[in-house]
Amino acid sequence: MVEGLFLSQADSRPMYLQIMEQIKLKVVAGDWPPGFALPSIRELAAATKVSVITVKRAYRELESEGVVVTRQGRGSFVAESAGQAELRDTELNRYLVQLLDAADRLGLSADELMLCLEAALEERGKQ
Amino acid sequence: MTDVIQMRGVAKSYQNFQLDHIDLTLPAGEIMGLVGVNGAGKSTTLRILMGLIAPDSGSVNVLGHSLPEQQVEAKRDVGFASEDMRLYKHKNLAWHMNFVQSFFPSWDNRYAQHLAQKFGLPLDQNLKGFSHGQRVKAALLLLLARRPGLLILDEPTTGLDPVARSEVLEELAEVLENENRSVLFSSHNTHDVEQLSDSITFLHDGRVLASEDIESFLEKWRCVRCKGDIDPQALQSSNLAEFRRSGSLINLKLDNYNDSTAAWLQSKGLEVVEVLRMTLEEIFIANVKRGRAQ
Repeated sequence: MVEGLFLSQADSRPMYLQIMEQIKLKVVAGDWPPGFALPSIRELAAATKVSVITVKRAYRELESEGVVVTRQGRGSFVAESAGQAELRDTELNRYLVQLLDAADRLGLSADELMLCLEAALEERGKQ
Repeated sequence: MTDVIQMRGVAKSYQNFQLDHIDLTLPAGEIMGLVGVNGAGKSTTLRILMGLIAPDSGSVNVLGHSLPEQQVEAKRDVGFASEDMRLYKHKNLAWHMNFVQSFFPSWDNRYAQHLAQKFGLPLDQNLKGFSHGQRVKAALLLLLARRPGLLILDEPTTGLDPVARSEVLEELAEVLENENRSVLFSSHNTHDVEQLSDSITFLHDGRVLASEDIESFLEKWRCVRCKGDIDPQALQSSNLAEFRRSGSLINLKLDNYNDSTAAWLQSKGLEVVEVLRMTLEEIFIANVKRGRAQ
């Protein structure tokens, strides 16, 4: 029995992106280790109650990102190179980009941003 | 891949309504949602597919059988449900299950029992006492348990409460596991069809406005917010479905959005502020509005 993913209708991101993110989280958490055989597209679609074409798209995008490899006739697997550290860096990078954008909007210089970051880290260290 | 449904140039005229050269293709293993407002022609289209109405012209093929001539062969492996489905009021669900089982060797009794439990339907109560939702679920149970290769469902979720609707959609998802089973279902509500459908066909005033796989729909349409002063005439294009102005802000709904669209808008003197994805419902409404304008 394949476990479905948790998707939210209230999430404004498209379904395929939600599916990609949940699969990456499973890989980072080690639930799905490198070499792990992913459920077939139809199995995951039925378990998640989402269309086949949407799961297909998520698998294709994960493949182009190098998280998943598809072997002809055998299905899809978590890539051996899908290092947890690498995925973690990509995940962290998303937040860093958001932080830099926010700093830009607020008109903070690079030095000011670094000072804020150091102050925040110090604050956390005290707790 | 073979097609389980093929309609080519199907037309049908009534006194106050006409179905205008409908082309529809459903490949095996896919789920298609037929979306349109009340009176768009959804039920007429589905009834033609079931051989219940003969078209004035055009060709109809279901599971390799030509309709309406070979409808008996076609119907063996088709499950059809519509709102006016009649069940026997003075018989209970168990009686109905035996009745359908006696006609269809493909009947899966274990699955039927599972569905009765899942839908919360008592087997021994006469259907007279069933609520509307229970009756709809009973009719669906009777056709799902036959495990037909093609399901044609006319508004299967209309009039159901949110819990019953989610139960029905969850059971339809079970069909996804088998690559040989296909579904065509209609709704006036895009939310019902968008989660499970591989493709969507928009029907309006007896015409197909658009028919495409769902990922393409969602990728092609964008709502673009721009700043600037421009005469709507200058943006006239078959891709523009909506133009609205609020102060200095202009809201555009655009089909076939791609990398060059922003440059095109800039060349017209507009500054792009924001590009937003659209929901299937917004895309449907934009399609209808564009259809009216043309």
